[in-house]
Amino acid sequence: MSSAFAVQLILYMAVLAGITPLMGKWMLAAVDGHCGRGPLGKAERLFYRVCGVNPDEEMTWQRYAFGMMLFSGVGALVTYFMQRTQLWLPLNPQHMANVTPDSSFNTAVSFTTNTNWQGYVGEATMSYFTQMAGLAVHNFVSAAAGIAVAFALMRGITRKSVNTIGNVWTDLTRLTMYVLLPICFVFALLLISQGMIQNFNEYVKVTPLDPAQGEQSLAMGPVASQIAIKMLGTNGGGFFNANAAHPYENPNMLSNALQILAIFSLGAGLCYSFGLMASDKRQGWAIWSAMAIMFVVAACFCVTFEQQGNPALAQYGVDQTASTLQPGGNMEGKEARFGIAASSLFATITTSASCGAVNSMHASYTPLGGLVPMWLMQLGEVVYGGVGSGMYGMLVFVVVAVFVAGLMVGRTPEYLGKKIEPYEMKMAAFVVLVTPLLVLLGTAIAVAGEAGQKGPLNPGPHGFSEILYGFSSAANNNGSAFASLSANTPFYNTALGIAMWFGRFAIMVPVLAIAGSLARKRGMAVTAGTLPTHGPLFVFLLISTVLIVGALTYLPALALGPIAEQLLLVAAH
Amino acid sequence: MFRKSKPLFDTPLLLEAASGAFQKLDPRVQVRNPVMFVVYIGSIITTFLFVHTWGGNGEAPGLFILGVAIWLWATLLFANFAEALAEGRGKAQAATLRAMRTTVNAKKLSEPRHGAAWFSVPADNLVKDDVVLVEAGDVIPCDGQVIEGVASVDESAITGESAPVIRESGGDFNAVTGGTRVLSDWLVVIVTTNPGESFLDRMIAMVEGATRRKTPNEIALTILLASFTIVFLLATATLLPYSLYAIQQAGTGSVITITVLIALLVCLIPTTIGGLLSAIGIAGMSRMLEANVVATSGRAIEAAGDIDTLLLDKTGTITLGNRQATAFLPAPGVKEKELADTAQLASLADETPEGRSIVILAKQKYNLREREVHKIEATFVPFSAQTRMSGVSMHGIEVRKGAADAIRKFVESAGGKFPEAVQRNVDDVARRGGTPLVVAEAARVLGVVELKDIVKGGIKERFAEMRRMGIKTVMITGDNPLTAAAIAAESGVDDFLAEATPEAKLSLIRKYQAEGHLVAMTGDGTNDAPALAQADVAVAMNSGTQAAKEAGTMVDLDSNPTKLIEVVEIGKQMLITRGSLTTFSIANDVAKYFAIIPAAFATTYPPLNALNIMHLATPSSAIMSAVIFNALIIIALIPLALRGVQYRPSSAAAMLRRNIMIYGVGGVIAPFIGIKFIDVIISAF
Repeated sequence: MSSAFAVQLILYMAVLAGITPLMGKWMLAAVDGHCGRGPLGKAERLFYRVCGVNPDEEMTWQRYAFGMMLFSGVGALVTYFMQRTQLWLPLNPQHMANVTPDSSFNTAVSFTTNTNWQGYVGEATMSYFTQMAGLAVHNFVSAAAGIAVAFALMRGITRKSVNTIGNVWTDLTRLTMYVLLPICFVFALLLISQGMIQNFNEYVKVTPLDPAQGEQSLAMGPVASQIAIKMLGTNGGGFFNANAAHPYENPNMLSNALQILAIFSLGAGLCYSFGLMASDKRQGWAIWSAMAIMFVVAACFCVTFEQQGNPALAQYGVDQTASTLQPGGNMEGKEARFGIAASSLFATITTSASCGAVNSMHASYTPLGGLVPMWLMQLGEVVYGGVGSGMYGMLVFVVVAVFVAGLMVGRTPEYLGKKIEPYEMKMAAFVVLVTPLLVLLGTAIAVAGEAGQKGPLNPGPHGFSEILYGFSSAANNNGSAFASLSANTPFYNTALGIAMWFGRFAIMVPVLAIAGSLARKRGMAVTAGTLPTHGPLFVFLLISTVLIVGALTYLPALALGPIAEQLLLVAAH
Repeated sequence: MFRKSKPLFDTPLLLEAASGAFQKLDPRVQVRNPVMFVVYIGSIITTFLFVHTWGGNGEAPGLFILGVAIWLWATLLFANFAEALAEGRGKAQAATLRAMRTTVNAKKLSEPRHGAAWFSVPADNLVKDDVVLVEAGDVIPCDGQVIEGVASVDESAITGESAPVIRESGGDFNAVTGGTRVLSDWLVVIVTTNPGESFLDRMIAMVEGATRRKTPNEIALTILLASFTIVFLLATATLLPYSLYAIQQAGTGSVITITVLIALLVCLIPTTIGGLLSAIGIAGMSRMLEANVVATSGRAIEAAGDIDTLLLDKTGTITLGNRQATAFLPAPGVKEKELADTAQLASLADETPEGRSIVILAKQKYNLREREVHKIEATFVPFSAQTRMSGVSMHGIEVRKGAADAIRKFVESAGGKFPEAVQRNVDDVARRGGTPLVVAEAARVLGVVELKDIVKGGIKERFAEMRRMGIKTVMITGDNPLTAAAIAAESGVDDFLAEATPEAKLSLIRKYQAEGHLVAMTGDGTNDAPALAQADVAVAMNSGTQAAKEAGTMVDLDSNPTKLIEVVEIGKQMLITRGSLTTFSIANDVAKYFAIIPAAFATTYPPLNALNIMHLATPSSAIMSAVIFNALIIIALIPLALRGVQYRPSSAAAMLRRNIMIYGVGGVIAPFIGIKFIDVIISAF
């Protein structure tokens, strides 16, 4: 681990801790309706009147879930048809053709579920209209949907003896209007100041320095406005195929730092909102700390293996040590502008959260270095996680951890005074089951059939890792890829589309059910016999639960992928 | 009756449990436990795979498959054995109970009054609202309520207490239990239960597990274990296509065998807790019974573990029961000895415990011998509600003791004066929580006798312990607030309710519950019934009324109010045992992965052998060792499951830290040692 990395990591964590309370208070104020003053508030109320929504109405979990599903279902359908007809729609200077049905399905699901898995090449497939009116809109509202569900669950935990968990329409509206849009506006301007492009121009033809290469076409577009929400909303869908490795999408180290900060900012902030709602900030910081510890360890692990380089190269006398003249280690697939430290950090952050933006190619990582991003996704992306989804995913782990620990102290398990009973356990168990089911079964189907076997471009364990990574990414709504999997085929578009849909909504609905059930319970008083859920012991317990559930589920599969690959590398020499 | 706790294992019990283990192989029994049902299916499949090797084309060496199959069946049998053993212990207790239910003939009265004609019917034929006569020497044929008569009853069959108790119509002592014996006099009893529903029947049913339903926590835990099982089923089942793909890619090696996959699956699913789960529940019920408490359901025992507020009656629980004289406080100009002497004289004929304690204190302090009342030609003046004094009259001298205001009237009417100093003493005593008795001889006030409630020894430490566990103790008393406060301070309870009425008790429970507390209380009287019904855990005294017993979730056969504390501990212990074994079971998986994964893929990716950090001899010995360890750990943990994890009262944080160290960290380490050890042994052959 280099000192450059240590400095970056420490600085990053310090700034993240600093902005956490701000984000937390901001989001809570927004959903509680404290931001709706002045003309914005008028606009909000007008919007409700037009839509026929009563903003003061509270909803049961069933109605909340129904609203959420309706909203997402209609959103996915609109996006599907927009892609299928983009040739006839405005803002298409490059005359991009209508997208194929399977790719449209995959992309519509992908953006609705906040996954932003991209089977297509952005600059060669999507018109500006599709990018802005379809995909960018989802970047906002799918992020708002995740945060809304997180707030619904946090309300369920902290409310007592009520039937309702909030209003899905006001949550979605307020989070978009008062949190996502204003931050993105400022953030996009910041990014433009660093050299990111924002235009509607046709692609620019340039002659490269070596004229023998022929003329080159440089893609243009409204990039900065897309990138701001792509990071903040942990969407990760790149404007360009090269994603955050593209100079127009990530011009320099400062834009890189701002982007990775944006990825975690709302996820971290939600911990603070939770602390505020529970009237005990320590509860929020405990969850924050558990996430922070897992993240720091994972990042260190990843960068260590990347910096070590490839053992297979040693026999050719390649010097892989870092010095003032060279970065050393494994630079394959990494931007020279960012180097090993900033790339590893980005890779760890983007997969801890369900962002999926990349500034380096994860497939080119060393096997164990690449295992980190894959495993972080498989843990359910609860290390800050996707906006909202990380928080509610982690709270489900809290339910499981509290259950076992609660029994160990001789009480019916409870969290913040709410008893964890068979109903909650059933829902939590369902949530814990859904993603392994999608990932392991999906991978099994892919490797068993011809259509799936064609996907990986590499043989052996690495090819297996590519498929496993793909399904892990889709089912956990990450969207990053082990890029050498050719996934724009009917098989992968369909299979991954299904994995993304259920990976999102088969979790959201039981999470809302838990919220509804907990909200109905009366709160238990806190005594010395109550399991404390704010100290280091609980943080340790929560981390153990996340790791054990993740490790035990995926270890056999990982043994056949990255672990076997690394050992084969070592054994060969 | 169950106090003579049986040794955990004795030979007949073990033999019976062993045969029970085989009987439980019935698929209808197995399907009830999702975790063990997977093992069951795995055992059957491996057995078939072994049979398949006879054709000479098995997927692995026959001996290896046979070994795995045998140990999988053993895993199943060990789990069955644990359950059968727990049930067997319960059955032994039930047999003792059943022996009491000797079929007797009842004297059924034709009319519900003493003296009416009766005819003999078998006790089993009695139904609710029948009226029977029970005379000296008869066994009471059923549970019922006394509607006429008073008699001494030997309830030792139920309570183990040999001293007879008085049962009479009206009041709080009108309930009788079937199986007990009337020693003197007679009772007319109205039957309150139908055949098969009596208290004794319910006890037997509970103990035998016939009515044992899974408790909410048990259901939630089963759901969690089932979901782990499904996850592992997925993780292992998908290894087959993964392995096929790997071999297709590598071009060498052989596919993982079904036997190895099943072995891996059984090792990974939480068989340890899955196999012991029901035994833990049954054993919890047995431990309650050993404490002479009959719970109406397993749920009630669990709820006891959740309690954080205990309402305790002062009398009998916190204090010894009766006030006792502790000091003589003479009036100015009176010697303490003179006061003691007069006080003793005034109490000579007083047979109340308070009166006796004055006589005894005088004897202890000044060696004043008891005088015979008739020898000194004194006449006894008993206590009356009008005078509120008692004493003796002797040769025209009136000696009295009583409440301060009563004595003041008495003295002033005789022309005397009530000294200021005495009044101050009276106030002091009251403030200290004692009861002041003023002693006067004619017009002269001699001083004050201080009567105090004696707090039971060790109770303060017990309450401090409860506080550490997070349990709040609340004393309930009919005393005035001043006295109550003093005793509360002395005994160390957290709060008290003075001048308690049944309504006040009920509203206190409701108040605590509204604040989010779970409340337990004990009670015996009919007027306790509403409060008992409202409390989350209610322990009724067996000596109490039928109404109280029906309102309670448990009945304490010893009628010992302090038992509540024990009940809470048993409830907690049961939950802790479940949680700890779950943690242990899951933590075990880490070592099992390191044993099986390298062995399973030894032929596909030989470098994976680097994960064989235990250096197990061969792939098959590694897999066998893991399977054997997995089976033996169940046997090894049976005593823990039946006895329960050791419970020390402490805060939740301290308890969690301790149990995580033992069962979590220990659970990670233990199988590394165990599997290596077994591997060394089997590879020696």
